[in-house]
Amino acid sequence: KVPKPTKASSKKKVEEGVDTGDGWDEWSHGKALTKPADQLELTEAELKEEITRILTANNPHAPQNIVRYSFKERSYKPTSVVDQMAVHFVLEGSLLHQDSDEARRLRSSNDLIFSETATIDTGAEPDEEKPETPEAGEEDRPDSVASKTDKKEPKLTNQFNFSERASQTLNNPLRERSCQTEPPPRSIFSATANQWEIYDVYVEELQKQEKNKEKQKAIPSKKDNEKSKKKMMLMETQGDDFTKVGKASKIFERMVNQNTFDDIAQDFKYFEDASDEFRDQEGTLLPLWKFQYDKAKRLSVTALCWNNKYQDLFAVGMGSYDFSKQGRGMLVFYSLKNSAFPEYIYPTNSGVLCLHIHEQHSHLIAVGFYDGCVAVYNLKEEGLEPVYKSTAKTGKHTDPVWQVRWQNDDMDNNHNFYSVSSDGRVVSWTLVKNELVFTDIIRLSVNGAVSEGPEGLVVQRLTFHKQIDYLFLVGTEEGKIHKCSKTYSSQFLETYNAHSMAVDAVKWNPFHPKVFISCSSDWTVKIWDHTINTPMFTFDLNAAVGDVSWSPYSSTVFAAVTTDGTVHVFDLNINKYEAICQQSVVAKKKTKLTHIEFNPIYPIIIVGDDRGYVTSLKLSPNLRKKPKAKKGQELPKGPEVEIAKMEKLLSLLREPEQNAV
Amino acid sequence: MLLAEVEETLKRIEAHKGVIGTIVVNAEGIPIRTNLDNSTAVQYAGLLRHLTMLARSTVRDIDPQNDLIVLRIRTKKYEIMVAPENGFLLIVIQNPCE
Repeated sequence: KVPKPTKASSKKKVEEGVDTGDGWDEWSHGKALTKPADQLELTEAELKEEITRILTANNPHAPQNIVRYSFKERSYKPTSVVDQMAVHFVLEGSLLHQDSDEARRLRSSNDLIFSETATIDTGAEPDEEKPETPEAGEEDRPDSVASKTDKKEPKLTNQFNFSERASQTLNNPLRERSCQTEPPPRSIFSATANQWEIYDVYVEELQKQEKNKEKQKAIPSKKDNEKSKKKMMLMETQGDDFTKVGKASKIFERMVNQNTFDDIAQDFKYFEDASDEFRDQEGTLLPLWKFQYDKAKRLSVTALCWNNKYQDLFAVGMGSYDFSKQGRGMLVFYSLKNSAFPEYIYPTNSGVLCLHIHEQHSHLIAVGFYDGCVAVYNLKEEGLEPVYKSTAKTGKHTDPVWQVRWQNDDMDNNHNFYSVSSDGRVVSWTLVKNELVFTDIIRLSVNGAVSEGPEGLVVQRLTFHKQIDYLFLVGTEEGKIHKCSKTYSSQFLETYNAHSMAVDAVKWNPFHPKVFISCSSDWTVKIWDHTINTPMFTFDLNAAVGDVSWSPYSSTVFAAVTTDGTVHVFDLNINKYEAICQQSVVAKKKTKLTHIEFNPIYPIIIVGDDRGYVTSLKLSPNLRKKPKAKKGQELPKGPEVEIAKMEKLLSLLREPEQNAV
Repeated sequence: MLLAEVEETLKRIEAHKGVIGTIVVNAEGIPIRTNLDNSTAVQYAGLLRHLTMLARSTVRDIDPQNDLIVLRIRTKKYEIMVAPENGFLLIVIQNPCE
């Protein structure tokens, strides 16, 4: 319906436009005017006639008589509402999708057109394309446009104005990282197994098992043990201290000495003086080792005692007998195996006057000092101090201690010893745990003996009877000897007016129970039967006698030392009147011998002098002669024989005496 | 035994007449104390270690409960004494004829 009127109106307009256009064309083109054949011929007046045309909103071509059937009123009714719109111009858009066939066709035709001629007819098309190509705005000339479009042809790809943008992100740089671990430790182990190596491993294993049994603990503790063991091992291996060769060094010191004094060692063991055979009864002493210690050079030997268990070991007490030169002392132990240096050294503040090694417990040594102290040293303990020492509180003597003697253990198995001092007391000391407990046994005082002064007795020596436990002898400075008993502390059992000067030694015979010996500074040595208060034998040695000692092998042999440096050896069985050996054993004439001891086993004696030297001497065969065995008769041995021997001698002496009485 | 005591003993041994030298060799076979010159000590240590090990091995192979205490080598000139103890060696060289 609608397009029809529009066609008609457009025709009209075209006609009218052409009309007007014709007039303008005539004027402009002049003579070259061409008229369509059907053009109306109008007069001037007609041309000047004004025709008024009014534009209305109503469509003149719209129908006004349209009716519609209304079901409500059941009749046809004219509709008042008519579409008044008229379309004057329609133009279809020329945008095409570039990929469509039409566009392709168009493009190919365009190409032809552009290449052939650049005319204004085709200009409309480029104009339409202009908005698609933004840069084309500036050129109006068809030539340039044409050329430009030609050039810009590839850009058509970007028809929908999307941009393809690609970018590359950073790639993580490649890195190579590697490390090398330490190679596990390797060791090449090779060994040859010997019998003893296998044995060692087994022993070790056995010990380990025993330990585990003892402990019965969990594994961690065991590990700890192993660790600590390893540590210990490390410590041991790392420590370069040579304390490990301590024992070896001691042995070597002895070996070096043995090498050096090889001849002496040979003499000690094998030498027997062959000349004794021709000397009939007399014997000789062969000097062996000489013992000295530099730090004890000024001190004199005040006591000697062999060790009962280790027969090569003996103790030497060092001090001074010169009462104006008292000072320090020393306790040293020598071994025959090493004469160059003492085995043990104990410096003391006060001079040592006496000592005694315990017969069963040979590591215990009782020592008496000049200052009145008694002390007990233990060789097993480290350190230079005594393990026990008496003090002023615990019954210390007020005067020098002249003798100490170990006794048998008491009822409680405590070790105990006796000491005697010039203060007149005889004290028993008992080792109880950490203490020295003292008991006064006897106080030798005025009432005991009539002749004594008010201060009491000055006791010098004592000796205990071997078999009769309670019986003991006391020698005094006045030269008297008292026989005492532990049970009767108030008085003496007997008093012997033995010597005219201080008694230097009193000793029971080791075999015969009744016999004892005494010596004194009055040059004499006397042998007694304790039941008789006069001496059985008296020997004058022409010098003050420092010490006397019974031999351990014969009841009739004893030796004495005198201050003139001579050793006197007697065997009553051989010679009742004279010594069978008198030998000076000191290097210097002035040296005084102070003490003498027999070795309990070997045929040697040691003598000490006032310069700190101790000399060991070997007794020649004549000095230790045994009674000759009769043919076909076994030689009797033992203490009984020795007692009989002594008894025989004594009986010879008793009889004339009894006769005399 | 204290280090000082051992040191003292060794010094006494060295001072003893006829003693040419002492060497203490540790478990690694290195002389750690000697009064000889270094090369002599090292030579003695190295050679005597072997000999002592061999001697000990012999003794112990015969009776595993036994052990070597001292090895004395009497030579024309000297007496060489070696004692293994706790892995260490103590060597003393003495001229006994002096």
